[in-house]
Amino acid sequence: MSILITKDTTFIVQGITGREAVSLTRENLAYGAKIVGGVTPGRAGRDVYGVPVHDCVRDITAKTRVDGSVVCVPPRFTRDAVFEAIENGVRLIVVVTERIPRREVAQMVELANLRGARIIGPNCLGIISPGEAKMGGIGGPAEDTRKAYAKGPVGVMSRSGGMTTEIANTLTAAGLGQSTAVSIGGDAIIGSTYAELMPLYEADPETKAIAIYSEPGGRMEAELAEWVAEHRSRLPIVAFMAGRFMDEMPGMRFGHAGTIVEGKADTTTDKIERLRNAGISVAERIEEIPDLIRQRLAEAV
Amino acid sequence: MAGMFIDVKVDAKIASDPEAAKKLVEVCPVSIFAQENGGGLRIVAENLDECVLCDLCIEAVAKGGVEVIRLYDR
Amino acid sequence: MRFYEHESKALFARQGLPLGKSGLARSGDEARRIAAEIGAPVVLKSQVLSGGRMKAGAVKFADTPDAAAKAFDAILPIVVNGQRAESVLVEEKSPIAQEYYVGVTWDGRRKRPVLIFSDMGGIDIEEVAEQHPDHVSKTHVSTLLPFTPRLAKEAVGATGVTGPELNRLTPIAAALVEVFLRYDLTLAEINPLARLDDGRFVVLDGHVDMEAEAREIHRKLLEEIGIRPEETRQARPPTDFEIRGAQVDAADHRGVAGNVVEFDGNLGLVIGAGGGSLTLFDAVRQQGGRPANYCEIGGNPSVQKACELTKLVLSKPGVEKIAVMMNVVSNTRVDIVARGVVKGCVESGRDPAETIAIFRIPGSWEDEGFKILKKYGVEYCDRSVSMYEAAGKAVAKLSAGGTT
Repeated sequence: MSILITKDTTFIVQGITGREAVSLTRENLAYGAKIVGGVTPGRAGRDVYGVPVHDCVRDITAKTRVDGSVVCVPPRFTRDAVFEAIENGVRLIVVVTERIPRREVAQMVELANLRGARIIGPNCLGIISPGEAKMGGIGGPAEDTRKAYAKGPVGVMSRSGGMTTEIANTLTAAGLGQSTAVSIGGDAIIGSTYAELMPLYEADPETKAIAIYSEPGGRMEAELAEWVAEHRSRLPIVAFMAGRFMDEMPGMRFGHAGTIVEGKADTTTDKIERLRNAGISVAERIEEIPDLIRQRLAEAV
Repeated sequence: MAGMFIDVKVDAKIASDPEAAKKLVEVCPVSIFAQENGGGLRIVAENLDECVLCDLCIEAVAKGGVEVIRLYDR
Repeated sequence: MRFYEHESKALFARQGLPLGKSGLARSGDEARRIAAEIGAPVVLKSQVLSGGRMKAGAVKFADTPDAAAKAFDAILPIVVNGQRAESVLVEEKSPIAQEYYVGVTWDGRRKRPVLIFSDMGGIDIEEVAEQHPDHVSKTHVSTLLPFTPRLAKEAVGATGVTGPELNRLTPIAAALVEVFLRYDLTLAEINPLARLDDGRFVVLDGHVDMEAEAREIHRKLLEEIGIRPEETRQARPPTDFEIRGAQVDAADHRGVAGNVVEFDGNLGLVIGAGGGSLTLFDAVRQQGGRPANYCEIGGNPSVQKACELTKLVLSKPGVEKIAVMMNVVSNTRVDIVARGVVKGCVESGRDPAETIAIFRIPGSWEDEGFKILKKYGVEYCDRSVSMYEAAGKAVAKLSAGGTT
């Protein structure tokens, strides 16, 4: 099994005729995804690599089962697109777009919670269940994706899209495949945090361990640490913390929109301490992750 | 004049055909081709190195009409 | 993006929040004139994007216009946490009966704005929350449902405030929530909010942060308040090198080659993407290297853009070599970046083989990219070499090169 998506997941691409969306569509199809339609207002009747384009989400949901949507529209149209997907019954929404103001992200999340939908992102590359399907630009062209990702026991969650693939690649090279890797997004407010995805991994019998990539800023790591302590998770977690140099540079923004040190709780030092106190291993380098996971798995037996 | 990494050679017949020139201008995503007023083809030298090797120009005209040369391959 | 106190107050005034009489002075003469217009004792406050003004001596009181001019001259040169002021706010001094705190910020865990209220203002709110938790209330606000004042009333009432104070504080707290939501702020804070001896309420000090992503949406407002588009409002003003970095990124819409931050080391970095850059910058330092800069390549930058970024990094005095490194890329193309950096070296009059200490970008179009690097004699590595190891190779080359 995997979490969030399998080879049977059907999804649509909103903004499908855009430059990034076109290549994402081709790459996902080549990896085996079931893309059942695309939306670009005013472009109904066209197709993108054989995927029919429609004006509205409901034109697709009226005829077909749609499990998810990849939203790839410019920032000022994103909230509307996400609302459209949610209100037409789509339950898994991957928001690729970056530079959306927090207030609009909060509105999407609030509506999703009301309707029982889940948002991944914004500012993310999506989800991959290796060997099953992927949803979003994660891993790039299908051949590159197959080089970096392989099916296996490790769940991956990362605030950086690129580092999701770097970590998966390191795991794959060490003979550790992945159940599902999720690029959760680099913004200060995102649809699904580490702690919110943990119950899904916890319930997935194929997932045996978790690897996470983390950065300064926000309270997501603290939330994860609390979740782990509270739920006595069966899954060993290994974390990597980037941006340690930022501890000395408060108020400066690097990397993603959510990455800034404003208070002590934003620093990597503070986060590492919280994670370690919760029994999460913190790797000093990416290449230590596979060994740490193997150690933790061996201890668990 | 060639770029540092990429050169494009166009068959003389294609280069002087306004229809073919128009097609090449349309397909190239990095504007390597331009059309003179008279309809003939002009290569925009400063854009040559931006070539993304998409082969759309090669497919747009008769076989062998356009050649994209990777200068680093030699 | 942080606002100066006087800019924050200009925003508050738009929402009808109660403010004392004030004016912004850029010279001692202006301070004297403003104090005379106010016609009462004044407080002068250095306008810097930092807390700790009082401690630094950058806040002074003056009873007469002449004293205000003198206070201006004393305050202006004071550097507060590395920030130098260009202006001083001259404001009516008010006789205070009690101080309160009102703030709105985002709660990233609840993913909603949170209204924080305390009847113990004037000091650090985190301290109050720790020592007197019953004097601090936290009230979450929906972003979907219309905001109505009852939430503000509940926030104020939760700290035990009642009577006429409750009714006067409620609209003030409500107005602050509305400012926060309307202008895409990440922080709106009044500390202290003062109740004066005569029962009136006045915002004594306040500050707001606007989300960088929302600058475009509120361009008109920013123009009216006087915040120029090129002002980064980071913790320190941008250096000339950083301004040129921003220009490289802005000159070409294709991909990202920006977020250039200057450091004082000798190893130039051409790195990416968001998370990769953070990881690589750490790796270079852990390997004993001294980065000359931070930057981020992302998306699909043009050859020209990567070339210009390389030239910029190489133009920095003391930069002998550059390391070109990214995480395994799936969107950015290895061959395009390879062309850009090789070209950047050549156009800077440098030999790519000598100048590029290491090229570690595995991923999409890597075979094509590696051909280019081989042709120019540049040392490169594939995904079997980790980011940390690649950083080590670059640092080793620099030390082996007999640097001063």
